[in-house]
Amino acid sequence: MRRNDIAFWTGAAVFLLAILLATVLIRNEYPFFAGYVILQFIVLAVAWSILGGAAGYVNFGTNAFFGAGVYTAVFLVQAFGAPLLVQIAVAAAVGSLLGFAVGLLTLRMQGIFFSIATIALAIIIETTVMNWRYVGGAAGIQLQRPPVTAPFDSYVKMLFFVQAVLVVISVAVTRYIQHSWIGRGLQALKDDELAAECTGVPTLRLKMLACVLSGALLSAAGAPAAMYLQYADPSSAFNLNYSVSVLAMALIGGTAHWLGPVLGAILLGSTQQVLAVTISSEVNVLVLGIMLVLFVVGAPKGLIGLLRSFSLRAGARK
Amino acid sequence: MTSAPTQDAPLLAIDAMTRSFGGFVALDNVSIEIRKGERFGLIGPNGSGKTTLINCISGALLPQKGTVRFCGEDITQMPASRRAHRGIARSFQIPRPFRSMTVVENLMVALDFAAKHTGSPAQRQDVAMSILARMGLASKAHVSAAALSQVELRKMELARAVAASPKLLVSDEAMAGLSSAEVDEVLDLLLSLAGEDIAIIMIEHIMQAVMRFSERVMCLDAGRIIAIGAPAEVMANARVQEAYLGT
Repeated sequence: MRRNDIAFWTGAAVFLLAILLATVLIRNEYPFFAGYVILQFIVLAVAWSILGGAAGYVNFGTNAFFGAGVYTAVFLVQAFGAPLLVQIAVAAAVGSLLGFAVGLLTLRMQGIFFSIATIALAIIIETTVMNWRYVGGAAGIQLQRPPVTAPFDSYVKMLFFVQAVLVVISVAVTRYIQHSWIGRGLQALKDDELAAECTGVPTLRLKMLACVLSGALLSAAGAPAAMYLQYADPSSAFNLNYSVSVLAMALIGGTAHWLGPVLGAILLGSTQQVLAVTISSEVNVLVLGIMLVLFVVGAPKGLIGLLRSFSLRAGARK
Repeated sequence: MTSAPTQDAPLLAIDAMTRSFGGFVALDNVSIEIRKGERFGLIGPNGSGKTTLINCISGALLPQKGTVRFCGEDITQMPASRRAHRGIARSFQIPRPFRSMTVVENLMVALDFAAKHTGSPAQRQDVAMSILARMGLASKAHVSAAALSQVELRKMELARAVAASPKLLVSDEAMAGLSSAEVDEVLDLLLSLAGEDIAIIMIEHIMQAVMRFSERVMCLDAGRIIAIGAPAEVMANARVQEAYLGT
């Protein structure tokens, strides 16, 4: 365990340093502009899997949390001209409150009922924002980026780095959960909720905790998007595509290990970026659907499941 | 957190408990007391309310009327997980293992959450392994729970309940479908647990097992207690024979 921790944090530090170095060395802004979206999807997929993977509660409301993050940032900029870090921190707090509220209202429901309730949540929040003139209403709102701070020479590069930090935070949280008693409890309740409860697992409290953590990270990932696009409108901030993509990424990657959603997000996110540039952004959804079907049939445990069975087979051959 | 438990207080006291499902009254005004370390047999025909009763004891269901007290504390509205912390453990009529885990990990859940075992991972592993050895499951410790046979699953359910270090263990038909040698094996296990001051409520249809095991037997029929007392007395009771054994 100890040695794993050191390896993990060393890897995280190297990852962040490499990104910092890249922002200094690479002049072209486009790779960062495209890469930002992939990093954002990694955070979303990892955060989603805390509740969706570990606890088995499928949240279709990723867009609700994401959009809440976007509009928290919009509001803070409009009202106080708040800096980016404040936007993210407050968005995380809003996301955790939202997670708590959703949990309180819906976690007594199981399976499909929980999922439907999360879709409803997205619609409610989107409608509210649409009718809120202060943050632009249905027409959306233009935002002005503040001057960039050193050592970054462009705002997009800075957002790229910030999103990379969020990747590390979300992976660290998920990894901690998987290795702790929380993870064992969530796994037990995913297998059999009644048996878990009768074996002493406080199922409602653990689900609430997962919902709060997942919600905080989902909203935090959304906060920088306002400044990234310099524009926000309800129908893109609350787009159902976020929910579908993130769910597909987590499932295609596999939720048994934190690496699964990361791999899924890299694979699908980069495919989407390439397709959006070379063909059209509409093809995205089609490819997403096809890949999801292929994985559900061919590799129901995702990339992680595939990797594990390969390594088991390789081990057996030795 | 009401009155402090006294020396003579019963371990479990159920008072005037009623639970119905729609118009069907599954438990009708049932009151019982179980002593510390008592071996208590619960019998009755199918649908007589046995499982409903133990669901209300373990917290899987809440009664509509009446109270449940455990060690002097009112636990009527307490969620099942907190009852498990207090020392109530159960097995299920149809085994409910954690299928994505190995057998020993199943026990770890009980050790971590119910018994709140504070030892190091290695110590907890040792405790789990010694319980498995006692249940004759040591060789299966690292096998996935999904790969166990029916008999092994029942033993694992008991092992998981024991790992919760209970004061009261409820065994819901742990012997159904077992061969007579296996029934004896499980029975010996339960008797040895009772020897450690664990009160056991045993629901069972196998009469020899109930007779051999119980200090007291209670027979339910249509949600009501029709007889309670020494095993031989209850068996001799005309209403019990009529309701349960058929005349």
